[in-house]
This record gives sequence, C-alpha cells and structure tokens, in this order.
Amino acid sequence: MQEAACMAALQRLQPVSHVAVSGGTHGNEMSGIYLVKHWLREPSALQRDSFSATPFLANPLAIERCVRYVGRDLNRTFTKQFLNSKAAWDEPYEVQRAREINQLYGPKGSAQAFDFLFELHNTTANVGACLIASVQDNLLPMHLCHFIQTHCTLGHYPILLYNLPDQEAYSISSVAKHGLAFELGPQPQGVLRADLLTQMGALVACALDFIDLFNKGTTFPAFETEAYRFIGSVDYPRHPDGELCASVHSKLQDKDFLPLRPGDPIFQTFSGEEILYQGHATIYPVFINEAAYYEKKIAFNKTEKCSLSIPALQRE
Amino acid sequence: MTSPATLNHHKDHYICFQQSLKLLNRMTSCSVVLGAPVRRVAIFGGTHGNELSGVFLVKHWQKNGAEIQRSGLQVTPFITNPRAVKKCTRYIDCDLNRVFDPDNLGRKVMEDIPYEVRKAQEINNLFGPKGSDVAYDLIFDLHNTTSNMGGTLILENSGNDFIIQMFHYIKNALAPESCPVFLIEHPNLKYATTRSIAKHPVGVEVGPQPQGVLRADILDKMRKIIKHGLDFVRIFNEGEEFPPCTIEVYRIIEKVDYPRNKNDEIIAIIHPCLQDQDWQPLNKGDPVFLTCDGETIAYEGDSTVYPTFVNEAAYYEKKQAFVKTVKVKLTAKGLRSSSS
Repeated sequence: MQEAACMAALQRLQPVSHVAVSGGTHGNEMSGIYLVKHWLREPSALQRDSFSATPFLANPLAIERCVRYVGRDLNRTFTKQFLNSKAAWDEPYEVQRAREINQLYGPKGSAQAFDFLFELHNTTANVGACLIASVQDNLLPMHLCHFIQTHCTLGHYPILLYNLPDQEAYSISSVAKHGLAFELGPQPQGVLRADLLTQMGALVACALDFIDLFNKGTTFPAFETEAYRFIGSVDYPRHPDGELCASVHSKLQDKDFLPLRPGDPIFQTFSGEEILYQGHATIYPVFINEAAYYEKKIAFNKTEKCSLSIPALQRE
Repeated sequence: MTSPATLNHHKDHYICFQQSLKLLNRMTSCSVVLGAPVRRVAIFGGTHGNELSGVFLVKHWQKNGAEIQRSGLQVTPFITNPRAVKKCTRYIDCDLNRVFDPDNLGRKVMEDIPYEVRKAQEINNLFGPKGSDVAYDLIFDLHNTTSNMGGTLILENSGNDFIIQMFHYIKNALAPESCPVFLIEHPNLKYATTRSIAKHPVGVEVGPQPQGVLRADILDKMRKIIKHGLDFVRIFNEGEEFPPCTIEVYRIIEKVDYPRNKNDEIIAIIHPCLQDQDWQPLNKGDPVFLTCDGETIAYEGDSTVYPTFVNEAAYYEKKQAFVKTVKVKLTAKGLRSSSS
C-alpha cells in the first residue's frame, strides 16, 4: 500500500545548526538588503531556541552603488570554475567576493559548509512570492517549502525548481549544504515596497520556525506537492544589431505561473504585429519581463508543472 | 558653444518677440491670443537611459517615422543621452535633466567636463539655443517613473496658453482615462530640464514602470499622448480657434525626504497606505512612513495635499520620498494661430 511505502521511507537528517541569510546578492534588490541591514543592527528576529541565523550582505560594492553587480553577476559565480580559480589582479570584483563567501559559509561541497543558506531576491516580474530550490536537493528544502505553504498565511507560494539536471548549481545558496531562495515581485530595482518587505520578513521567520521544529525532533509527514520545473527560456525578437524589435505582449505581461499555450500571443512589435508562442506544449512562464534578463537574452523562462512525492522527515 | 553674452543677446531677441506677440494680441479681439504657428517639433527619448518607453519609441520612429508626421510640421525624434541608453542607466556622470541652466550651458568645455554637460551644450546647439527665437517651437520629453502616476503631463510655466490649450485637448481626447497635469513652476524647486530649451517644453511622464523594463501598456499610453499632442499642433496650425479653457493642475509645493538616522541611512519607508496613491488626497493623520519597528509616521500638515512621485527609484539619492502638490485651476485665453 502506498501509505506503508511512505512510512517505510522516513528520512533522517542531521540537525541544522549553522544557518545564514544573505541579502543584496544583487545590489539593487532592496527587500533583502534592507532586512539584512536591520538584522545586523537588531539580530533578535533571527534567533530561535536551537540556533541563530547569521545575516550578511553578499555584494557590498554593488549595494553601495545600487546596481545589480559591478563586474559580473555574483549569483552566477558560485561554480567550481570561479571558486577554485587563482586570484588575479584583473578579475571581476564578484569572483573575489564569491571566494570570500565560499570561505565564510562553505566551502561548497565540504562537511564544514553551513547547513542552510537563504538568499533574498526581488524581481520586476509578477511572480508574487515564490520559493526557488535546486532540483538536486529535494528533501529538507521541500519540507521547508511545504511548511511555508501550510503555515505562512500571507499568501500563495509556488515552488520553482531550478538548474537543468546536468547543470552545476551556480547560485550563492549552493555554497551551503542546503539552500533556498525567496523571490518577491514585482518590485522595481532600487525601490523598497513596504508590502513586499513585510512578506519577505514573514517568510524568513516562518523558515526559521521550521528549522527550529526540525531540530527539536518534530516528524514531518510525507506529502505530495506541485512544483514548476525550469526547462529553458525564450528571448525577445531582435534586430540583427541585437536591439529589441518587440515588447512582451500585454496578454502575457504579469501572467507568471499561468498556462501559456501554443498559439497564445507572447510579443508585440512596435509596428503593432503580434508574435505567437510556437512551442508544442503548454508551459508555465515565469520571470516574464525581468529587467536584469534583457542582457541575458531572456524575455521569460519556461517551466513545466510536475508533482513531487516527498518522504517523511525527522532529525537524527 | 554658447557664451553667457550670446545667451543674453538671444534672450533680448526673445523678449522682443514676446512683445510683438503682445502687440498683435491687443490688435485682435481681447479674448483670443494669436500664437505663432508651431513648425519645428522634437520628441526626446532616453534623457534617462533606463526609462525605456521613450527610448524604444524614438528608435522606432527614427526607423519609421510615418506615425509622427503631420502636415505643416517637422517632427524630429532624438535620443538625448545615447551613452546612458547603451548602458541602460539613468546617467553616466550627472542627471542630464538638471543641467540646462545658463551656467552649465555656458560652461567652458574642458577634459573633465561631465558627459551630460557636454551633451547638454550639443543639444542646446541643435535644438536651441535656449531663449532665442531660433530655438525649436515644441519639445516632448519622454520619461518613465516607478511611481504610480499614470500618464502625467508636466508643465513648466503657468502662463503658457499654448501648452495649457494642448493639455486641455489631450485630456479631453483621453477621457475618461485620467491625465494629471503636474506644474513644476516654483521659485527654487523648478529644475532646468532638457526640454526647457524649446519655446514650448512638454514633459510626458508615464508610470509605473521599473527602470530597464519595457511594458507594452505603458508604451501604448505614451504613444497615445504623443499622437494627441501632435494632432493638436496640426489643428492649431491649420487655423482652428480654441476658446478660453480651464484645466485643473497639481502644483508642486514641497519635497519630502525619507526619515534618516545620523548616518544618513533610511529608517522608515513609504507606508503601504501611501504606496501607489499618487494624486490621491493626503490629509492630516494619514499614514506616510513605516519604521523598521513597525510604527506609523503620519502626515502632520493642516491642509490637504496631493502627493506624487511616491517612491520613485531615482529619487532615493535626491532625498525625495514623494512631493506634495496642491490643486490649482489654470485658465488659458482663447488661442488661434497667427498665420491663419
């Protein structure tokens, strides 16, 4: 019987003692920056019975200038290629910073690495509040997401699974043994909205509550959940010189996580023509019209809905 | 390069020109002003390089300008800050939309001159000189804001009957959609804009749109405003008489900064009740800011004000959380082109 199979599959993990919360991985995503600055002055909100989380500002130079990055995107720099590279005088600031963060909260892949790292992000896309986890690490982060979905009542929290299966994890939270990103939008770069700030604070509080309950021996039962798995991206139509020749269609704008079917309009040119989605199957677009993705040649990311069966969890 | 002496000379010409108009006015019926026909029009995009509606509209019109052509007019689309546009940033060295004052326009060009000051002088040579009678007749300067201002028209001078009539025309054409008019005339808060080099400067500010993002709905709104503005000019040139009219405008009275600590760090943010409420009345006791500790800071003024530019990204560094305005009625005299 299915129930028996789930019960038999109770997973055990080590208690979680070293937890970090990073804001400002991108220096113009203001919710995380403001929260971390507040927690650095007043850490009480990050303290629980069984542990305390450490807040830190990931990209101080970019934060100072209120830009996404100075040399290269910090949140694409946590791969072995960069972390193991030798220091060079002409390397981008973020490469040096990534190595520092890897020293403080990693090293990535080692037994000394922090147990959990949360990264706080904003997007100009209408994603609401979504939880971004790595496809490779399914157990603890998924239970944490499920706990948030069932306990954090301020909203609806879709789960986004990133990394293509063979792709090495590149984001800051991959430095720790387990990671999760909170992505809240829409919020313009450089703008601090009170509503998203409150929601971000509540999400972090809820996540730390989960970890505390886990550390105290709570059994978290098996469950099934729906998630959105990243499968690729779609660029804007461009002129031969690289300039955009169309904008996201008004019917697609702000429709993150809603189904996009073949034949639905996705772009409109400046002369008024519609461009339709040519894919073969329904997909769920996310990060529709994110400012920082124009240069990455992404108008929106494609995801497909999947169902995950997660076994029960208890600490060792 | 324009020296201060040349600028004054042009100013004298402009004053003579204005006096001739006044004489013409006295010679015709008292309720109708004759205005010189408007022939040379420019549309500026990219004054701030990350405000994308104007950037893409101007680039599109430079490739295919049919939409902005009107008979009897020359309409020139122009990117004012190309380096900032390339980098998708507001500015390179300093805000281009603040340096069209006589000091900066007359400044000697040295090696270390800020890029935008050099650009301002080039633009002044091409479309000005500011204050002279050879300056462009009309400039539309296209902007976006992260604030929820809708499609706002910006007026620099409460005595410009031509622009007030144009705004009246545009507002009617867009109704029932609202089209607020923001009057920035103020002894010290008014700033020297790129468009101020023209005889008739018009600011078009559409939001909310994040910096570096191009939204189809916002682009469309801006496009409609320009269409109606150009239609007005054509109709005016062709001799239509516009009767006296009155429009309601919001006049700037004061800027309000974020509460800060002694390290100049922001310690309270725009309250959720004020966020997105541009142009809505703010009364004594209404929430304005929210502190880190969750406390509300309320508005303490005695009279109703109408906030705008609420939570504009670019204004954090200018120490501006929002600006206060008051509602004012402006009347324009009847208007007809003097060439008809």
